[in-house]
Amino acid sequence: MLAQFLQFLFSGLTVGATYALAALGFTLIYNASHVINFAQGEFIMLGGMLSVYFTTLGLPLPVALALATLIPALVGVTLEKIAIEPVKGAETVTLIIITIGASLVIRGLVQIWLGKGTFSLAPFSGDTPIHISGATLMPQSIWVMGITLCIVALLWYFFNCTRHGKAMLATSFNPVAAQLVGINTSSVLFISFAMSAGLGAIGGILITPITLTSYDVGIMLGLKGFVAAVVGGLGNGLGAVVGGLMVGIFEAMGAGYISSAYKDAIPFVLIFPTLFFMPRGLFGGKSTDRV
Amino acid sequence: MKKNAYLGLFVVILILAVLPKFLPNNFYLDLAIRMCINAVIVLGLNLLIGFAGQISLGHAGFIGIGAYASAILPTHFGWHPVLAMAAAALLTAFIAAIVAKPIFKLKGHYLAMATLGLGIIINIIVRNEASLTGGPDGMPVPALSIGQFEFDSEKQWYWLFAVLLVFSTWASLNLIDSPFGRALRALHGSEIAAQVAGVNIIRYKVSIFVISAVFASIMGSLTAHYVGFVTPNIADFFHSIELVTMVVIGGMASIYGSLLGAVLLTALPQALSSFEGWETVIFGCVLMGCMIFMPRGLVPTLANRFNKGA
Repeated sequence: MLAQFLQFLFSGLTVGATYALAALGFTLIYNASHVINFAQGEFIMLGGMLSVYFTTLGLPLPVALALATLIPALVGVTLEKIAIEPVKGAETVTLIIITIGASLVIRGLVQIWLGKGTFSLAPFSGDTPIHISGATLMPQSIWVMGITLCIVALLWYFFNCTRHGKAMLATSFNPVAAQLVGINTSSVLFISFAMSAGLGAIGGILITPITLTSYDVGIMLGLKGFVAAVVGGLGNGLGAVVGGLMVGIFEAMGAGYISSAYKDAIPFVLIFPTLFFMPRGLFGGKSTDRV
Repeated sequence: MKKNAYLGLFVVILILAVLPKFLPNNFYLDLAIRMCINAVIVLGLNLLIGFAGQISLGHAGFIGIGAYASAILPTHFGWHPVLAMAAAALLTAFIAAIVAKPIFKLKGHYLAMATLGLGIIINIIVRNEASLTGGPDGMPVPALSIGQFEFDSEKQWYWLFAVLLVFSTWASLNLIDSPFGRALRALHGSEIAAQVAGVNIIRYKVSIFVISAVFASIMGSLTAHYVGFVTPNIADFFHSIELVTMVVIGGMASIYGSLLGAVLLTALPQALSSFEGWETVIFGCVLMGCMIFMPRGLVPTLANRFNKGA
């Protein structure tokens, strides 16, 4: 009984950590530009696919993983430069369509380059499971949760204790005022896209040894990350992390106790109680309207 | 302005009337039919996006409700197809109203999130309930017959959808010029100003969302009867995105933009099918290019240029 519960909890936390990273990515870009980046899922896919590609080329694991994080970050920056910056201030729908177009381009190119197959990546440190009161925990799950924890800590430090981080926060609160005090707001958008793509890619790399990857995994992972961001409160960093873990745990518990066929539906069901009862999410602030 | 609008309607009727004469075979007739189907759905969706300023990322879910009701109710329960279609429209209206009511009390793009969730949930249900829906493989749909008359040739279907398209274009033109439409446009301008002027904004937004969802459901039913087969792809997230894209590429709040967007984006995948493997990439590039260079959409941008030049 307890063993089963723990088992579901572990798998929920593991996949939830990936959603948390994706949700953080949504949050960063949303704060910098109020754009909901529907290409976020493709960065997760890119991370996974590139790490598989570089390790099969024979590169040592750390190098392969670094490349699989940096290249998606570059893709994110390019996207921002050629497609988001030129249309700043356009309607939200327009920006959403641009990011959807970008996601199609990325997915299509990967499909042409690496094919439609499903790929796996060896776990970082073997696959001898650890037993905890009857439940098994794979070493890869510890990697996923550990690295996510480190990233969250780093981000917290970045936003609270460094000038760049504070500048980014200031821009998200009030871009005009931020500009007036000398913050380069367009570089903020640039950095946000790089960080957000990099975060997504890391999530994608970490989860690949557990769930496998292919050119089309990005859609579902990205959308679930988006749900996590909404549940936590769109625009709130802590909310993104908590929302991600919650979505992961609900999904795993629902799949275990209710129906595994409806596993993918569970995160989307969570949207409704969130919107009906606490539309700003768990950690979202109150906002007021001005005429 | 008003004269121009009805001139446009006349042109649409003319094109639809002579089009079958110029189509060499049933392949093109089928393409024209699918353009009409999409155009009707996009007209409804554009009322929501263009005039109420809200996005639906789950319209394919409503199409799916219509399509599957028309497949399941007559096949498994012996309902008359017309009754099944009406039941689906009612169910869709009910779901849309229940979801929209609490959401429209909030400001922001919450409808996008809710409809995104709704669409994906409907799609997953359809894929999983194989005993009713045939699962991922889909299921056949019985023919549509009204009394003695049965729709069985492509030509008949073409005329049905052409008439529906003319009717919905005319209805949309009238709607935006009616007090209801003026209220909607006021909403898009400034909600608070509209409220001060006595517009019950929540009621208007809910109504327009329900209307557009019912448009989608009925067209879903008819599509299912026309194709004779339905698969979960009809309720796919990507299909929802395609519809929103048609609205935005054609031009938000532009009725003729909806028609143009539907025609172009229905034809585009066909035109791209010769670029084996590259369709997705090119489709994505076209979307991005259109939005970067014409963020307001084709018809408004071109109309603007034309007026400036004149």
